Amino acid sequence: MLTGDKAKYLGLIFAIAFSTFLMSHQVSIFCGLMNRTASQINDVHDASIWVMDAKTQYVDEVKALTDQDLYRIRGVEGVEWAVPLFKGTSRAKGADGKFRGVILMGLDDSSLVGLPRSIRLGDAKALRDPETMALDETGYRFFFPGEPYALGRTLDLNDRTLKIVAIVNSSAPFVNLPVVYTKYTQAVQLVGRERNQLSFVLARSAQGFNDEDVARRIGAGTGLKAVTGEAFGWETIWYYINNTGIPINFGITVVIALVVGTVVAGQTFYLFTVENLKQFGALKAIGVSDWRIVRMILMQALIVGAVGYGLGIAMTATFFAATADNLDLRGFRMLPQIMVGTAGAVFLIVFLASAISVRRVIVLEPAVVFRG
Amino acid sequence: MKVLRGVDFNVPVGEMTFLVGPSGCGKTTLLSVIAGLLNPSSGSLAVLGTEMAEVKGARAVEFRRKNLGFVFQQFNLLPALTAAENAAVPLLAAGWKRKTAVEKGAALLDELGLGHRAKALPNTLSGGQQQRVAFARALIHEPKLIVCDEPTSALDAETGHYVMELLRKIAVRPERAVLVVTHDNRIFPFADRIAHMNDGLVERVESSTGGTH
Repeated sequence: MLTGDKAKYLGLIFAIAFSTFLMSHQVSIFCGLMNRTASQINDVHDASIWVMDAKTQYVDEVKALTDQDLYRIRGVEGVEWAVPLFKGTSRAKGADGKFRGVILMGLDDSSLVGLPRSIRLGDAKALRDPETMALDETGYRFFFPGEPYALGRTLDLNDRTLKIVAIVNSSAPFVNLPVVYTKYTQAVQLVGRERNQLSFVLARSAQGFNDEDVARRIGAGTGLKAVTGEAFGWETIWYYINNTGIPINFGITVVIALVVGTVVAGQTFYLFTVENLKQFGALKAIGVSDWRIVRMILMQALIVGAVGYGLGIAMTATFFAATADNLDLRGFRMLPQIMVGTAGAVFLIVFLASAISVRRVIVLEPAVVFRG
Repeated sequence: MKVLRGVDFNVPVGEMTFLVGPSGCGKTTLLSVIAGLLNPSSGSLAVLGTEMAEVKGARAVEFRRKNLGFVFQQFNLLPALTAAENAAVPLLAAGWKRKTAVEKGAALLDELGLGHRAKALPNTLSGGQQQRVAFARALIHEPKLIVCDEPTSALDAETGHYVMELLRKIAVRPERAVLVVTHDNRIFPFADRIAHMNDGLVERVESSTGGTH
């Protein structure tokens, strides 16, 4: 019946598609943004345990450990190996004078644990040479815009000139700054003088030991905080969720999409029902049961819901496909969980939109068809 | 408020009975009661030998589905369904397979001279054509009682005359009663019997053979 009224049919589909797009798009951006907060953690694949000061809340705010801590961690039963990791910020300057703040990662001189696995150009081993660095793609495109990837170029960090020996594909950081990777000993020389420079210790549990158990042993044995990389990533994400206005802002948008979608769809659906009361009354008079009419209404609601949902998801997918090559939008993508969650929200919209109409039809006296 | 009072009235099978009277006299209410769409507050009503007071809820729906055919003033066709699908609605409601039901709907439309428009949507049909689709919907399940509410009021005189001829030809059967509510005196000659109502009462019933009671 609904397809017979093209204006309302299209209006319903547009309302649901718009809501779907807004919800799936905003939740995708939010999840991508939150995932970015843990990008430096996610890029460490070789170590499973992160050790840090006991009061550390998230990855971007650290109190340095001592070298002694590193040795104590190595002595804990179940630790196969433990290496230092420096994480800080610095300022890089190109040959043309262009400069930008960078995230500086200092990797263990020997193992280079913490370097992203995806290397676009160059050789990770060359990082062991003095005055060398690996730069992520965002940094390369900032300092050398429009130029093909090439090794041997230099950047100045704290008046030291470092040669680019590798270009890596790192996860997009929350603040979207370039990421520079260099040896640990090199990194601590590049930043200001502090008595201690050891941001984190990355460790790996020995064969036969469970990561969580080893983390607990490290914590008990050293008084430091030791958690798995996954747990630390979630701690960081929750820190940003609990301490910033980001979830509220995105949440408001999603709620508005839900409310506007429900109101517009509900009103349109109700108008359609009211305008077709005679037809519904005729069906009831003819002998079509209430249950069958309810199924008709719900089926129509589900069809417009499915079409609107499909269009909305397609719009969101098109957005992320169109921006896939934009480095500033790295890490933003629509997850299957978001599609499922949005489908649930659309189902709720459709259910609420049709509920009032269903009630109106159920209480309808079939004798209405004989009234003028 | 009592709309009907002292109604004593029979609709015989094999005839077309008209229920006529001024606006507000209770014709539509009486039609609704006879069709089982409203329950009388007192008195008794038997339709096709069944006491309607005993038929309620789902049983009333089933009774209407099996035994009654409806023709409405404004046709009330479903706008998204084709003419054949609209005609097939009572069969679909009875659980027939869609294909079989629609084929039967198309065949009946053919009998009504509308076979070539079986796949047309209602909004592309003229008033007379829509009424013929409504006739097909009322007849397709071969009901024993057909109730028609002002079947010609939305049609011009010529078309109204034509559809009443058609209705008489295809609807009146020895085993079936046809009840038409109308105030269109141009179609009175099609009636076998005319019940005149006024102020909630059936004042008199005229037969086409000349009898009055």
